[in-house]
Amino acid sequence: MEAPRLEMRDISKEYFGNKVLRSVNLSVAPGEIHGLVGENGAGKSTLMNILFGMPVIRNTGGFEGRIFIDGEPVEVNSPYDALELGIGMVHQEFMLLPGLTITENIKINREIVKDNLLSKMLGKKLGILDFERMRKDARKALDRVELNIDEMLPVLGLPVGFMQFIEIARELDKDSLRLLILDEPTAVLTEKDAETLIEVMKKLSREGISILFITHRLNEVLRVADNITVLRDGEVVGKLPSSEATIEVLAELMVGRKVDISARARRGFEEDAKPILTIKDLHVDMPGERVSGLSLNVQEGEILGIGGLAGHGKIGIANGIMGLYPARGYVHVANYGEVELNSPLSALSSGMAFVSEDRRGMGLLLDETIELNIAVQALLSRGKFLKKYLFNMIDRESIRKHALKMIKDLDIRCTGPNQIVRRLSGGNQQKVCIAKALTLEPSILFVSEPTRGIDVGAKKIVLDLLLQLNQELGVTIIMTSSELAELRSICDRIAIIYRGRLQGILPVDASDKEFGLMMAGELSAVKEGVF
Amino acid sequence: MAKDEKVLSSTSNNMHESQKNQFELKWFLRKNIVPVFFFVLCVIGGYYSGLPLPFLLNEIITRMARNSFLVISLIIPVLAGMGLNFGIVLGAMAGQFAYVATVNWQMAGLTGFTTTALLSIPLAILFGWLTGILFNHTKGKEMITGIILGFFANGIYQLICLYFMGNIIPIKVPSMLIPGSIGLRNTLDIKPMQYALDNLLKIQVKIPGHVFPVSIPVATFLAILALCLFTHYIVKTKLGQEFRIVGQDMHVAEASGINVDRVRIIAVILSTILAGLGQVIFLQNLGNINTYGSHVQVGTFAVAAILIGGASVKKATVGQALLGTLLFHTLFIVSPLAGKNLVGDAMIGEYFRVFVTYGVIGVALALHAWQSLQEQRRIALLKADISGE
Amino acid sequence: MTSGDFNEHSLWQRIKEGVASFGVARSIILLFLIILLIAALILDLPMDQILSSMLSRFGMNGILVLAMIPTIRSGTGPNFGLPLGISCGLIAAVLSIELDLRGFQALFFAVGLGGALGAIAGYLYGLLLNKVKGQEMTVGTYFGFSIVSLMCIFWFLAPFKSPEMIWPYGGSGLRVTIALEGRFDKVLNNFLAFDVFGVTIPTGLLLFYGAFCLIVWLFMHSKTGVALSTVGESPRFAESCGLSIDRYRTIGSVVSQALGAVGIIVYAQTFGFLQLYMAPLFMAFFAVASILIGGATLNRATIWHATVGCFLFQSILVVSMPVANLIISENLAEVARIIISNGIILYALTRREIGGGA
Repeated sequence: MEAPRLEMRDISKEYFGNKVLRSVNLSVAPGEIHGLVGENGAGKSTLMNILFGMPVIRNTGGFEGRIFIDGEPVEVNSPYDALELGIGMVHQEFMLLPGLTITENIKINREIVKDNLLSKMLGKKLGILDFERMRKDARKALDRVELNIDEMLPVLGLPVGFMQFIEIARELDKDSLRLLILDEPTAVLTEKDAETLIEVMKKLSREGISILFITHRLNEVLRVADNITVLRDGEVVGKLPSSEATIEVLAELMVGRKVDISARARRGFEEDAKPILTIKDLHVDMPGERVSGLSLNVQEGEILGIGGLAGHGKIGIANGIMGLYPARGYVHVANYGEVELNSPLSALSSGMAFVSEDRRGMGLLLDETIELNIAVQALLSRGKFLKKYLFNMIDRESIRKHALKMIKDLDIRCTGPNQIVRRLSGGNQQKVCIAKALTLEPSILFVSEPTRGIDVGAKKIVLDLLLQLNQELGVTIIMTSSELAELRSICDRIAIIYRGRLQGILPVDASDKEFGLMMAGELSAVKEGVF
Repeated sequence: MAKDEKVLSSTSNNMHESQKNQFELKWFLRKNIVPVFFFVLCVIGGYYSGLPLPFLLNEIITRMARNSFLVISLIIPVLAGMGLNFGIVLGAMAGQFAYVATVNWQMAGLTGFTTTALLSIPLAILFGWLTGILFNHTKGKEMITGIILGFFANGIYQLICLYFMGNIIPIKVPSMLIPGSIGLRNTLDIKPMQYALDNLLKIQVKIPGHVFPVSIPVATFLAILALCLFTHYIVKTKLGQEFRIVGQDMHVAEASGINVDRVRIIAVILSTILAGLGQVIFLQNLGNINTYGSHVQVGTFAVAAILIGGASVKKATVGQALLGTLLFHTLFIVSPLAGKNLVGDAMIGEYFRVFVTYGVIGVALALHAWQSLQEQRRIALLKADISGE
Repeated sequence: MTSGDFNEHSLWQRIKEGVASFGVARSIILLFLIILLIAALILDLPMDQILSSMLSRFGMNGILVLAMIPTIRSGTGPNFGLPLGISCGLIAAVLSIELDLRGFQALFFAVGLGGALGAIAGYLYGLLLNKVKGQEMTVGTYFGFSIVSLMCIFWFLAPFKSPEMIWPYGGSGLRVTIALEGRFDKVLNNFLAFDVFGVTIPTGLLLFYGAFCLIVWLFMHSKTGVALSTVGESPRFAESCGLSIDRYRTIGSVVSQALGAVGIIVYAQTFGFLQLYMAPLFMAFFAVASILIGGATLNRATIWHATVGCFLFQSILVVSMPVANLIISENLAEVARIIISNGIILYALTRREIGGGA
């Protein structure tokens, strides 16, 4: 039996105490096309960064486990090592230099040099580039990916689809290429180009090159891969030949989770009750989470969950409504009127508040005190906590009093209202964010990824807190999350977003399979005008 | 753009001759507005200064000969993405230290000059290496770092010259030291080596209608030519390609296996070496060294010159360096007298020249920052287009 | 390992922790200052004069250092373009002499007018800063240099008549240095000044500085000030509160240049002379270095940083001069000033900002 081309054994990785990969095993045979699927945050990128020796891995404490190429154990400490071992990678982000020609990009750091007197004396680096031979090689590589353009064109200004093929050509030009990693290669391609790519992949696999194909597009991976590995939360939850896989099976593996669904009294809602929030034809331009025509009604007093696969726009909804990303459409709040989009102030004045998924970047002032973090948004947008002398001065006493109350009510574990937020645990930081939102006394609270980056013990506390806010204070909560289990644990109903639109709304007790299918776009339950 | 021109020229028979010329002229002016503007300024200044032509030409040639080297030394760091290397001041200091040594050893003539030049190289390598390490710790802020480093290094330089020379560092020639104490004098005389390079080969050219000839130091210009060829050569090598790649995108360079930090250091070292040699050439023409002053403005003047020549923080060519040196130093010569004749006082011309020097750099830096912002926004929009479905 | 070793180890650890929390740079500077003071005592230098000088120079430069706070807090970094505000202050001071004002009247006129001019200049400068986000320091430096050289032309051509200011033999324009005797020379220093053990306490000067510390404090704790700090700390967070980033960056520049204008007037009245032409060229650098020495970074600065830093920096200059003159020779103070101030700025440039920026 031939040794596998690639074997990754028991790979584990931690980022600052957060375990992102747990004993992952992956095996790819020579000439096999292996699909790797999983949600964002499942660990796919980290796994590839490890395989390709990216510096970010080394700089954050390295990893555990071993890697074997063609049966031999190897150390990959830099992209250079990876190149030497015959591993090539087309990254998700563009690694092309727009200011150089296609040939120069294909030959990057592997340029062919003409020897001359100086280079013989002082080293290869001083030899002049041999563009003749470089062009020939580039031409050959471009032909292999069936890209019919002049190899001396500058990359700048080329259509985006071409760039992907040039990157692949670059990897192909490496004679020693044995394993090609493609990270979301079809994300930017048209249907036709994606077809061509799939043909090219099959051709390469026949030539004996192994391909590791990472993607969100389940139908594509089923068409081209020989075997599929499914990652979830840093663990391998499924490994199967593609002949045995279907979209439902894959979707279920990607999102499903065995968890106790606490028996919670679900409220019923009258079909024609006036909604507290009406969204019509919302478009949001948030890079990576685009919303393209979402319409949805939210009932007063409910906890509405918003789920869906990464990149399909669920995160963009709250961000767009709260004015953080460019948006257009119609949003109406009961007892207020139409909310002006692209204006955070307008959203805040209408009684909406937002606990962002970007806790550290947008949700908190990490180097300030707890009390300031809690008060500052209300201070700046609604003028709370101010005393008027000649001009508006901050009222430190009222800020302090309010912070103490919040710390007590939300049980924020800290050394006092003066503690710097950066020092708090993830769970307590999240509570500060919630306190900050509550200080605005909102009628509608948007919460995105409430338990991301929080350890297991604290997750339940945060979710219980949200439930309490809803039940005791009557706050309408709209919760966006990639974890179906937590949506099911406290929501009244769950809306699923696919390709920037509402795909359907499911009751909390719908099956994993139904959720999986709807998230993969295979099940549509949009009834006329109900939502 | 090139395509447009071709279309235009193929239909030239249908177009009015004057119309065609106008279009090309306007396009040319827009692309090269900075050097054109300064050219006009020089012409106006030259006219009002009332200086006789051969004198003016002599001055221009002399200044070009002695300054071009320094300006060209700025090109490689621009290529490698570090912007305008204000740290060439350290290279100038290397050159000056080399002179301290050769004057101390009482060397003269071409031997003295060559020894000085060679001696400046290891010093420049050391200074350039330290500068490169500093730049690697301040990625993205290399220009302000270079500016501040220039001041800091000047302080260290003064410390060495005032307190170590004649003290820890033995100086044999008493006329080099401050009378009655330690430390170098304000002016170091290098007359024995003056014109060592310039006089190797001098041509006198007579201009019709004027009595005095114009003298051209051919050897020096040959040295400059050699530098131009060297720069061209480097850019076409693998090393030059590494500079370009690192200069465009450090992340891509790293992911392609290039040792980004090392490449940047090499670029700075090269620049510093060239600056050192440039200062040696500069001083051999002057004939004396203003110990505490000759090197101070080197960075500012060289940067202003290359910017006036049309270079930017992201792109600089040999042609722009030479053109800029020509324009900048012409302005230098004519401003005081033009100021005197126009406004009645030479000081106005002086101050105007200083203002132009700083102003050009300020405007170029501001334009670069603004363009960077625009480009970042464009790339963000492009990425957004891509990742949406 | 004996118990003796263990105790030494923990003492060393504690020293290291103490130094780290106080700031490595600040500790070095403080140590240096203490060494110099001890040296001065040993060399039997006139300590009363030295201490008087320390207080006087501290008050003299204080407001110029305070001027760094608004721009650092609003995210535009230290104000290398301070010469703009300084020039405004100089114009106001020159006008006060032209209008034949004296004493406190002259001082307050200059401060008021200078502040107003500085604010307007700061607004325009803020517009520029908003267009060059990310390169404020570099652009500011050369903008400052350009303004100083432009002002040279202005000083040269300005149609002032006062005989104290123009060239005596009838040349055009203002002199390079204008004496303030009889105008507002030392009006603050001498106000309520008293001696204690031979050390002169420049009460008025210190009170004036204190008053401006209070003004800055009140400003930073007003709604506008809080908004400004938020914009500087986290632009994304600020946007989520509905704040306009550009607006507060401009406000920061306005306040900073106004303080610069006031600062130079205080400086001049202590010094006794107005220095025109190229004198303000490097003043920004000393203010930047001072606040960094006080513990500020390129993103964070407080009044405490400004005060401590100004005091440390000026004290070192004051003490090092006589000590150096005795031990080594003259001119060392100037060199020390260049090395220390630029060294500290370089150090700050190499620090990677916590939680933000590249």
